[in-house]
Amino acid sequence: MTAAEVGITDVVDELAGVEPDERSAALRDRRPVTREQLQASFDALFAPLSDEHFALADRELVAAFATRLTADDAASAFYADRARSADPVAADIVLAEAARAATTGPIGHYREAGLQNENTDGVRYAPSEDAVIALGSRLAAALAHTHLLVYRPREADDTAIQALLDAGWDADGIITLSQLVSFLAFQQRVAAGLRALALAGPAPSDSTATEVSA
Amino acid sequence: MTGTTLTHDAEHPHAFTRAEVGWLPWLPAVAEEELTERHYDGLVDRGRAGSDYFRLLARDPEILRARTLVDKDIFYNTVDGLPRGDRELAAAAVSRVNGCVFCASVHARFGAHHAKRPDDIDLLLAEGTSADLGERWNAIVAASEALTVTPIAFGPVHVERLRAAGLDDDEVADVIHGAAFFNWANRLMLSIGRPVAPPAES
Repeated sequence: MTAAEVGITDVVDELAGVEPDERSAALRDRRPVTREQLQASFDALFAPLSDEHFALADRELVAAFATRLTADDAASAFYADRARSADPVAADIVLAEAARAATTGPIGHYREAGLQNENTDGVRYAPSEDAVIALGSRLAAALAHTHLLVYRPREADDTAIQALLDAGWDADGIITLSQLVSFLAFQQRVAAGLRALALAGPAPSDSTATEVSA
Repeated sequence: MTGTTLTHDAEHPHAFTRAEVGWLPWLPAVAEEELTERHYDGLVDRGRAGSDYFRLLARDPEILRARTLVDKDIFYNTVDGLPRGDRELAAAAVSRVNGCVFCASVHARFGAHHAKRPDDIDLLLAEGTSADLGERWNAIVAASEALTVTPIAFGPVHVERLRAAGLDDDEVADVIHGAAFFNWANRLMLSIGRPVAPPAES
């Protein structure tokens, strides 16, 4: 299901509540390549040439999980709806896992010797046994990896990639999974940033801003 | 069928640094001699075929292409908006918060060069986001950090602080996009391979 098929031409406009002729639309229009390629990124991930290595329904479930971990906001609601449309039973399980596993980040231990004093601990998620049985070990491994990328990217090492390989993922699938979770980290933050900018209201005149900084 | 990740003996970096950190992939990249026109479309610049990182991402050419074009527009399109040095500061600050030593090294070098403030960039690398870099850069670093943490903490208060530091809303939008983008870049760079100590350290 592409954005065009559900009647949306630009997902970030939808998530950020950008209306044509508003200030936030003008801010986005000023960077047409960013606007167009951000949407092209969404289309590449959710309407790919082939989903042989990472099935479309699984992409929707991972997206719902990733965005709910990052925030309880318009983006997580958008992807939860898409996941429920793709696979209502699995979506309920994945969303319950996300609600249970939502925490704060980024945290984790560094590999670098000189950064050991910055190590922090927190929730390290593993899918529940029921979820593994219901979703299968392959999708469950993807959820575990997603949680790692969302909250502990500094701990994402070769053992994490090996866990995906052991669960049946191949290199092409792992790259697309990594891109999906990482892209969503970007898209969700752009939308949140634009919403904050709109909430802040109109800027004072440029001369006022310059005075304050002087 | 189960594969195995690649193994590397090369030394890890010691800490955040402005020196040239290397990078090695955990999975085989597409071999240079096997690159097709579809892969080159994904790489955008044919010169990127020399990079293991980009040839590994070329396993999914369409998302790589869109990612590359977004990246270039956010950071290199400087006909107007936020100066390049400030965009690189946002990238370095996000990388510092997420813990991407490789990304931080690249964008610390760019930031130090474009803003001509290597000492302040080094302070950010050494002390993290609490470093005092002067109010304009402090505001950009605070906004970048608020956009990076989960749950996302960026709000109107960060917008107001950026405006008070002299940024207009076009520039605030550039901070948002630059900081948000590195939450994409860091996660890829940290997870599909690992950093290698700069030549002077090993």
